[in-house]
Amino acid sequence: MENNTIKSKRELPRIIINDGNGIKRLINLQELWQYRDLFWFLVKRDIKTRYAQSVMGVGWAIIQPVFSMIVFTVVFGNIAKINSEGVPYAIFSYTALVPWTYFSSSLTDSSRSLISSKNLITKVYFPRLVIPIAPVLAKLIDFGISFLILIGMMVWFGIMPTIWAAFIPIFVLIMMLAAAGVGMWLTALSIQYRDIQYGSSFFIQLFMYISPVIYPASNVPEKFQLVYAMNPMVGVIEGFRAVLLGTQSMPWFYIWIGSASALVLFISGALYFRRMERYFADVA
Amino acid sequence: MVDYSIQVNEISKRYRIGLEQQVPSTFVEAISGWITRPIKNYRRLRRLTQFDNDQTSEQENIIWALRDISFNVKPGEVVGVIGKNGAGKSTLLKVLSRITHPTSGQVELLGRVSSLLEVGTGFHPELTGRENIYLNGTILGMTKAEIELKFEEIVDFSGVKKFIDTPVKFYSSGMRVRLAFSVAAHLEPEILLIDEVLSVGDAAFQKKSLGKMEEVSKAGRTVLFVSHNMGAVRSLCSRGLLLENGILVKDGEVDQVINDYLSNKDVSTAGRLSWSEADAPQDTDLILLGIEIYSEKKEMRTSFQIDEGFEIHVHYEIKDEIKNLRLYLRLKTTMGETVFATYEDATIREGFNRKPGAYTAICKIPPNLLNNLTYRIYIGFDSPGYKVLIPGREYLEVDIIDTSDGYRYSKEAFDGPIRPVVNWEVRNQ
Repeated sequence: MENNTIKSKRELPRIIINDGNGIKRLINLQELWQYRDLFWFLVKRDIKTRYAQSVMGVGWAIIQPVFSMIVFTVVFGNIAKINSEGVPYAIFSYTALVPWTYFSSSLTDSSRSLISSKNLITKVYFPRLVIPIAPVLAKLIDFGISFLILIGMMVWFGIMPTIWAAFIPIFVLIMMLAAAGVGMWLTALSIQYRDIQYGSSFFIQLFMYISPVIYPASNVPEKFQLVYAMNPMVGVIEGFRAVLLGTQSMPWFYIWIGSASALVLFISGALYFRRMERYFADVA
Repeated sequence: MVDYSIQVNEISKRYRIGLEQQVPSTFVEAISGWITRPIKNYRRLRRLTQFDNDQTSEQENIIWALRDISFNVKPGEVVGVIGKNGAGKSTLLKVLSRITHPTSGQVELLGRVSSLLEVGTGFHPELTGRENIYLNGTILGMTKAEIELKFEEIVDFSGVKKFIDTPVKFYSSGMRVRLAFSVAAHLEPEILLIDEVLSVGDAAFQKKSLGKMEEVSKAGRTVLFVSHNMGAVRSLCSRGLLLENGILVKDGEVDQVINDYLSNKDVSTAGRLSWSEADAPQDTDLILLGIEIYSEKKEMRTSFQIDEGFEIHVHYEIKDEIKNLRLYLRLKTTMGETVFATYEDATIREGFNRKPGAYTAICKIPPNLLNNLTYRIYIGFDSPGYKVLIPGREYLEVDIIDTSDGYRYSKEAFDGPIRPVVNWEVRNQ
């Protein structure tokens, strides 16, 4: 006991609190590492409580993209007859819906995260960054499940993935960065401006139409292609289609521009979040 | 040089009234702010060159919750922070626990800090007791390995071992509080910040918690303890800090600081205390409107004969339905010790929802119970095991007078905080 106190005294951390101005403390990786256990428990909490007390349980992770696929196939595939690049419209849209559903649901959770953890941030200190990032990781479970369905559909339709399928982890990383980046922006804004909270689900819905979910990216007119590619989900979705369905060669143009903008969103989101962080407890 | 545990150097914290710190709360406001900002900036800059003392308009909507607070705490010191509601005690702890940033000044802390601003923070009803111990523990700053090491101890202390793998939503409120407190009590930071934590749980559990606090403070940890419970502050702390309107007015030996506080305290000696709606002690759904003291004959006064009973009338208004509302009243001595506690009867049943409306609760204190002393009436509202609505506070004073001057022959005073009439029977055998 005695030894313990003496020993721990030597390694006591020194914490300095001031008015919070100054760039050098903007991102404190060491502290984030110290709180890694909390991070995992928050991710686990999000996963475990996600479908608590529901009959379908984790089946909900499948229902959402599968039903969207059915509706899209009827409306856009059969009625509107949108070009699906030579593969059945069902798998064309489902291949896009798997990453899209992940992106939209993790972004929704992430952008609401600060407001829903209001009673945490006004009572306990911990690195706030874990709050918007935890849902982005937790949603990977749902993504994994709906991805398994995608594999099942590919077998059913007899589609072989290309060798480029090895790139899928990179696409996943891009969409995670994008979701976390936009999520950090929105959640930091929403704690001050509640407009964001009210508008975000609508905004995310609209976002789908500027992503190639129901149509191929090639349908977008040439002169808008550059602006269009700045949406990171364009690269991700087109990438999924290219490597899994072989509808086209690797869309490097979309992937490069998309990952650059995902990175910009992530870094700027983290910086903005950190800058606003000291007001959270006061305005929450 | 002494290596202090806590070094607080001229910290101040400013809030804007209504909209704290950050002014615009919607885009429309922000945009209209952007449009008018150049004009305001111009006015402000122009004022710099005008030598009138017209700074009041700037200051009006600003509150200094803390103003130039400086103090140092040595390792192992147990310091009580006292002061009226709104004196800045909680803000001070919030700054020290890094929940909110100071507007200016600097704090240096040596060691890990844990704050118990409210036990059970982050409990999720759908998770089991076991999962919540881990979640809550890591939120409070422990690592998974540390929790694993103490897991058995935490579970034993909480007394909910049988239900540890049951989702917490099936727990009674008392069980939930016990589990939450148990996690918090097993933190091992070098610096522990405690705010009113003892106001949760039932009496037996409070006693157990107080014991745990004592243990913690004797284990050489630095503790900052915010409380209205002068008895607890006196028994746990060696040093006291007295805050008044955000200013540190006294820093010294605990007994002296408490005496200072109690003697200056605006406990009303009038028979009535009432507030306008804006100033009244309140929570979102509850307002304490006033307190009155009457004799049995309905005269308003504050001194009573020892063989006279009196009534305490508490007027409050419920704005929105409140679950398990409980009004608690304690009679305390001027030294801050509780003589007894009592609860508004109708609300003790669990799951009882109180409807909105204005209420008067009348507490009848029987004659021949109290000693000839001055007593303070301490009143608070809570939802047991869930939330403190209006934190307990001493509001009014009553004097009990014994015109017979003590024991009838020798005139010596009766000892003790109460002096009930007790029946004696003497038999000659």
